[in-house]
Amino acid sequence: MMLNYYLIIVLAPLAAAVIAGLFGRQIGRAGSHWLTILAVGISCALSILVLKAMFWDGAASENISLYTWAVTDGLHMEVGFLVDRLTALMMVVVTFVSLMVHIYTIGYMHDDPGYQRFFSYISLFTFAMLMLVMSNNFLQLFFGWEAVGLVSYLLIGFWFKRESAIFANLKAFLVNRVGDFGFILGIAAVVMFSGSLDYAIVFAAAENIAGQSVEVVPGSMWNAMTLICILLFIGAMGKSAQAPLHVWLPDSMEGPTPISALIHAATMVTAGIFMVARMSPLFELSETALAVVITIGAITAFFMGLLGIVQNDIKRVVAYSTLSQLGYMTVALGASAYSAAIFHLMTHAFFKALLFLAAGSVIIAMHHEQDIRKMGGLRKYMPITYWTALVGSLALIGFPGSSGFFSKDLLIEAVKESHWHGQGAVYWIAYLSVLLGVFVTALYSFRMFFLVFHGEGRMDADTKSHLHETPWVVTAPLILLAVPSALIGWFTAGPVLFEGYFGTAIVVAPEHDVLRHLGEHLWHGSWALVKHIYVSPAFWLAASGALVAWFLYLRRPEVPAMIEAKVSGLHQLLVNKYYFDDLYIKGFAFWGRAFGRFLWQKGDQLIIDGVLVNGTARTVGKLADVMRQLQTGYLYTYAFAMIIGLTALLSWLIWFR
Amino acid sequence: MIGLHHYLVVSAMLFVLSIAGIVLNRRNLILLLMCIELMLLAVNFNFIAFSRHLGDDTGQVFVFFILTVAAAEAAIGLAILVVLFRNRRSINVQDMNEMKG
Repeated sequence: MMLNYYLIIVLAPLAAAVIAGLFGRQIGRAGSHWLTILAVGISCALSILVLKAMFWDGAASENISLYTWAVTDGLHMEVGFLVDRLTALMMVVVTFVSLMVHIYTIGYMHDDPGYQRFFSYISLFTFAMLMLVMSNNFLQLFFGWEAVGLVSYLLIGFWFKRESAIFANLKAFLVNRVGDFGFILGIAAVVMFSGSLDYAIVFAAAENIAGQSVEVVPGSMWNAMTLICILLFIGAMGKSAQAPLHVWLPDSMEGPTPISALIHAATMVTAGIFMVARMSPLFELSETALAVVITIGAITAFFMGLLGIVQNDIKRVVAYSTLSQLGYMTVALGASAYSAAIFHLMTHAFFKALLFLAAGSVIIAMHHEQDIRKMGGLRKYMPITYWTALVGSLALIGFPGSSGFFSKDLLIEAVKESHWHGQGAVYWIAYLSVLLGVFVTALYSFRMFFLVFHGEGRMDADTKSHLHETPWVVTAPLILLAVPSALIGWFTAGPVLFEGYFGTAIVVAPEHDVLRHLGEHLWHGSWALVKHIYVSPAFWLAASGALVAWFLYLRRPEVPAMIEAKVSGLHQLLVNKYYFDDLYIKGFAFWGRAFGRFLWQKGDQLIIDGVLVNGTARTVGKLADVMRQLQTGYLYTYAFAMIIGLTALLSWLIWFR
Repeated sequence: MIGLHHYLVVSAMLFVLSIAGIVLNRRNLILLLMCIELMLLAVNFNFIAFSRHLGDDTGQVFVFFILTVAAAEAAIGLAILVVLFRNRRSINVQDMNEMKG
């Protein structure tokens, strides 16, 4: 019964993607959007049923192997579903946001010639993401992982006639390759130490793996579990855009806004977070790996947030905010508060998709102008977008009572409690980063919000005269996403974080269990948390961030330029994104291309083509030129040669044998 | 007394003469054919001499066969020669170097 649900959930988007992709011309524009929306809608409805069965009806988690693809040397490569409470939650988030984005796309891509292709891609993405989250083995996880990467590549380069889009999608693909290299090595290490790809078997063997050592570089022994976890986490760094593999995410904004919301904010980029949470039985056994995770996450959370302050492209501001929030989730993973990471993932999916779609709505109204310096005062013209964007921004900065408040505030508390990392650098970097990150988040969020919706209109007169609210297919998803963004924290924070919603899906070692500690000492229900907000430093930091944004960008708009001039060095550093792009493009990419060009021109053209292939032919030709002189064409020459030869042969036979 | 070796010497001389004819003759294709015939005759000479010397008649039987084949071969050769002449209006050996690469 449930198995049929799972199959329909996964296969409906795939079927819709195939039909819309291959027969888009036959079924037409309306046909393809109705078909894909229907398919994703069915997926979403069934996912909610599955979640209901898991959560309210207490259904047990299911681990079903459907099909054995290959068996080699005792290693089973299977397709199967592991549906537990973690999976069910992810399924609902993915399909719900995907459904909203499908509807929104009708409005956003209205005039685009690639309409059917776009719907086909986003449906395909939904399929791939569901395969990823519902997988019960590493191979299918890797399949989903790569498939979402592929769709992401296709969608970033959706407007393939734009030079910048092609650059961005190639960049995203290549940077993800770096992460995937680590990921597949990690899977290989898992197979090496446990002999299986199946989660259940690997997790059962976890203790045994943790007891083994492996020589990574000669002379240094590593714990096998640390090695596996760090390699898997490198994969997560690529997919979830953690520093220093974050560079592709801002550039991915070259794609159409709906996919920025769906793929590059709400779902695909959280695959890394999901994966680490899914692997919690492994990560729990390596404190070294968790220290790496928390440090990388902290660096990403704080420093990527800072970049959001100096960006002027509306989508890029939201993109850096996504990076920063992904950093928060990673920090929570590193603090062993996996539930908090997944909880933040869920709330973030709602409010960040909302913010992106709101940004898209603004972009439609502004006739595809994305520079926030040319906006302003849009509140009058676009009330629905304004209010929903306000809800999204408040959720992002953690306004008391919003969904982001519960997830982020409790996440920070959890990090604060993670004393088992020791009182050294790791702990303080993590804690201070997430705490100061709150201020930064509030500053850039409200900078954007004020610049776009408040103040004077800085757009040209023509654009101004055409400003109006976007059609209902755009605003309806905004409203539908604003509702969970505002409210979902109230009734989910307790169950998800403290009342053991995840059950056995997430394993936390007792000495790492910061959330249980919080549950005993801090948590007295949602309302109590909101009431005691004034004791939380995060709240005051968020409030001051929003206040500073108000002062700088509404009250005294000339001040930011003065600050910019005062600290121009720092400003340059931020504008140039810490020179990561320069390092990668002028460093790795340049030398990579130089090496490639050397191999092409010297190795391929000169040695293989020149010497080996053409050289052989040339030598044969030269030799033939010489040999040709022997062939006079006269019969008597040949006859004479034969007689000489015969004589010589006979003489040899007679005298020398 | 004329012994085996006298016959062999004559035969060898005939053979070498025919070789010289093939190699040195640059003008006439008919001469070339005649030289080939002469070569066969030299071989026949050897066969008969050895046959007599060894008292074995097989050699003489062979000679008859060779003569028959040589006659057929000469007929074909001349026929080819006629066709060649019709096509090229010449039987000059010097002109025939089409086999050159």
